[in-house]
Amino acid sequence: MRIGIVVFPGTNCDYDTFWALKLVGLDPVFLWHKDTNLINVSAVILPGGFSYGDYLRAGAIARFSPLIDKIFDFAEKGGLVLGICNGFQILLEMGLLPGAMLPNNTNTFICKQVYLKVENNDTPFLRKYSIGEILKMPIAHKEGRYYVSDSELVKLENKKQVVLRYVGPNGEIDSKFNPNGSVNNIAGVVNEKRNVMGLMPHPERAVEKLLGSDSGIRLFLSFLN
Amino acid sequence: MGIYGLKDEEINHVRRLLEREPNDVEWSVISVIWSEHCSYKHSRKYLKNFLTKAKWVEQGPGENAGVIELGNGYKLVFKVESHNHPSAVEPFQGSATGVGGIVRDILALGARPIALLDSLRFGPQDNLKNRYLFNGVVSGISFYGNCIGVPVVGGEIIFEDCYSSNPLVNVMCVGIVPPGGKIYKGRAEGKGNLILLVGARTGRDGIHGASFASEKLEEDIHSQRPSVQVGDPFMGKLLIEACLEAGSLEGVIGIQDLGAAGLVSALSESASRGGSGVVVYLDKVPQREENMTSEEILISESQERMILIVEPEKIDRIKNVFKKWDLEAEVIGEVIDEEKFIAYFKGEKVVDLPIKLLTKDSLEFDPPFKIRERIPMPILSKNEEKIEGFIKKLIEDIKIKEYIYQQYDYSVQTNTVLPPGRGDSAVLRIKDTKMAIALTIDGNGRYCFLDPKMGAMNAVSEACRNILCVGGRPLAITDGLNFGDPDEPEVFYQFREVVSGINISSRVLEIPVVSGNVSFYNGQGDNRIFPTPIIGMVGILENIDYLITPDFKEEENLIYLLGDLDWLSIEGSEYIKYSYNIIAGNPPYVNLLWEKRLKSFMEDIRKEKIILSAHDISDGGLLNSLLEMSFWGEKGIDITLPEVEDYERLLFGEGSGLIIVEISEKNKEYFVKKVEEYKLKAFLLGKVVRGNFKIKPYIDYPLKKIIERGD
Repeated sequence: MRIGIVVFPGTNCDYDTFWALKLVGLDPVFLWHKDTNLINVSAVILPGGFSYGDYLRAGAIARFSPLIDKIFDFAEKGGLVLGICNGFQILLEMGLLPGAMLPNNTNTFICKQVYLKVENNDTPFLRKYSIGEILKMPIAHKEGRYYVSDSELVKLENKKQVVLRYVGPNGEIDSKFNPNGSVNNIAGVVNEKRNVMGLMPHPERAVEKLLGSDSGIRLFLSFLN
Repeated sequence: MGIYGLKDEEINHVRRLLEREPNDVEWSVISVIWSEHCSYKHSRKYLKNFLTKAKWVEQGPGENAGVIELGNGYKLVFKVESHNHPSAVEPFQGSATGVGGIVRDILALGARPIALLDSLRFGPQDNLKNRYLFNGVVSGISFYGNCIGVPVVGGEIIFEDCYSSNPLVNVMCVGIVPPGGKIYKGRAEGKGNLILLVGARTGRDGIHGASFASEKLEEDIHSQRPSVQVGDPFMGKLLIEACLEAGSLEGVIGIQDLGAAGLVSALSESASRGGSGVVVYLDKVPQREENMTSEEILISESQERMILIVEPEKIDRIKNVFKKWDLEAEVIGEVIDEEKFIAYFKGEKVVDLPIKLLTKDSLEFDPPFKIRERIPMPILSKNEEKIEGFIKKLIEDIKIKEYIYQQYDYSVQTNTVLPPGRGDSAVLRIKDTKMAIALTIDGNGRYCFLDPKMGAMNAVSEACRNILCVGGRPLAITDGLNFGDPDEPEVFYQFREVVSGINISSRVLEIPVVSGNVSFYNGQGDNRIFPTPIIGMVGILENIDYLITPDFKEEENLIYLLGDLDWLSIEGSEYIKYSYNIIAGNPPYVNLLWEKRLKSFMEDIRKEKIILSAHDISDGGLLNSLLEMSFWGEKGIDITLPEVEDYERLLFGEGSGLIIVEISEKNKEYFVKKVEEYKLKAFLLGKVVRGNFKIKPYIDYPLKKIIERGD
């Protein structure tokens, strides 16, 4: 399975994602943002980092990269597109996912292990997890406070597009386990068609017990048929 | 500009060497390159004495960073550097560019930066100015390090009155070169090879930064703002990727970063190392601002710039790499045989100076020194209330550290096995191997203030124990030496003593010094900083299975103290400073022969994997180390100490050569035998339990009070 990892100037989780995909037996390739061809990849990952230095707004400039049009078409046709951290921010800027990202309510960068609850596994990315399962992954961001308007939030929840939520170690949904002030403790969402997913936590940093957690393995394994 | 910050004798020395009067541009060039910051004129005589060689050292001091071999073809490149003066003026940019600068030093060797560690000193936080400096520095490091994707994996933060308004910001960067990767040197050699200036455009920032770092801070430091460089981590990240890509191609002869004294230093240093000369055309330097003068172009310290020495036939290919990454890349001159620094501007020759004059001929200074009187330890009255307050402070400190490290992306690059604030050293695995590296940075200004030599010995031996406690074998040191004005005899005495203390410890423990940095002229007005040597140390875990973490593992396991309770002393301790506001007495005595045996013992026993947790004793004494082990492991302890009158000494006294270890009951005999074999001693403190944190007959604390977090 060939999976494309998009590299923008300032992307810094490209190698980590490459490593994680290799580890689970996939065939990752880097796609340069100035390329105009997706070279027949089966899925596209927009990894984390600071594309274009996050100047203006996280992800705001990256969406004008030449490859982005191709990714847009690819997603429209049902192709799998996963955005992690800065990649999630880019998907929001592209309009492939609803909502926007605000600076953390702590107003600081936060790097730590968090617990997540799988709210819905009805998406190709989470099909190997069960509903209600608790995952452990690191977050590392300064602009990760997910926001949608109240009316959109109702729609999002009703259509079960909220797939991951920040929780306590035992699945408690409480503001004290919300690291950045995201609405409804939202950590990850999918589009209506379920083929585009964005999440703030880093599954590629959670594929080995040695580094604290291997909760992210099955997300990448889901790319295998 | 012309002559700036040179002493009369230096001015006369230039005239004598050159046998003519330099022009204004040349005086500018000489002034920056002969600054203390660039020429080490007060320190190099002493630094020469360091042990710099060992079987595993590939490159000692002299290049942009030191290089050691790790085994299996992997090489580690590392160095510490200070950015104290800029951080005092503009803490955010000062610390951010400190990170950028040291990262480029590592990059110049052709290594990918994989870790950052920072050692920070500030004044007390009840003062607004000091809080501004603290917040600015932490966010500056976080801003730069996080953006370039290099994890901050360790460090230390210490608050003392003496650092008020003059914070110390020492940043260490570690890079790796995989098997088959090339190590580059900052060398300009081979007549006709081209000088390619890459990265950001040159502007007017950081003009005379090197000279500014070579004098004492004025009271009105804001007038010095133009001396501070401005960092762009996004550009820094592009530079990392582009330089590594270019370095992987044929045709690059040398790489050198542009730091203090900009083009002047980069060009003359690389020409000197290469035994060549350079001719540059300053009009070709891409400029950010209009109407820059030749002097400004030469000495600008604009960030995110490097020079590459490239073979002419390969130049297009190399330039294309930088084009791909949207970076400037201009040929600004070439290498010549004659050992001269020649610069043209608008068709006119503006600089024509011998390389040797710039790099080797500066005067050395060996100013007088005067022994500083010791501060005798007064008799203290016991104060029960202070004990309780101190314990609360220690618990609070563990949590504050956690909060600070959260602001750094320590998990990017997916190698961080032991994150910052969770052990004596950070541990990073090396992908595709069984190996891991241990990294630590440590210093104790308070000890060095009381006794500079013994203080420095404490810094080296503690760094060594930090590596040992995580299962590593110490390999090499990078030292960041921070002092006041070297022309004050007491300061120069401190410098000499500290260098001597580092030297003797490094030699006895056989851990060479492979890179480092000296920062003089710290302090503002009448405020004198403590002499503050910072020891960065790297070690190897040949097998990640040797890893030892400091969290208590299991109930009923035994807790031993390697060493002797008698070595604990309250003199010079964190406790008397906090509880009695006294800094007095002698720092812990370092018995280097004991430390050496302890090192051999730990290097041996880690392979047997019977040490289940380990933590050394430092600030806050035995009690603090036990608290941390309990906090991280979420386990209680049941310990019995002798009933003595001076029990504050047992609980909070500090000492060198002491390590707390956890072993299981079944390995007790073997452990004790092994301890004797190495002519060491160990004292059975007690055991790990489910319940309270109990140190009989003095302390009984509910575990919950220790581990609960505010969230």
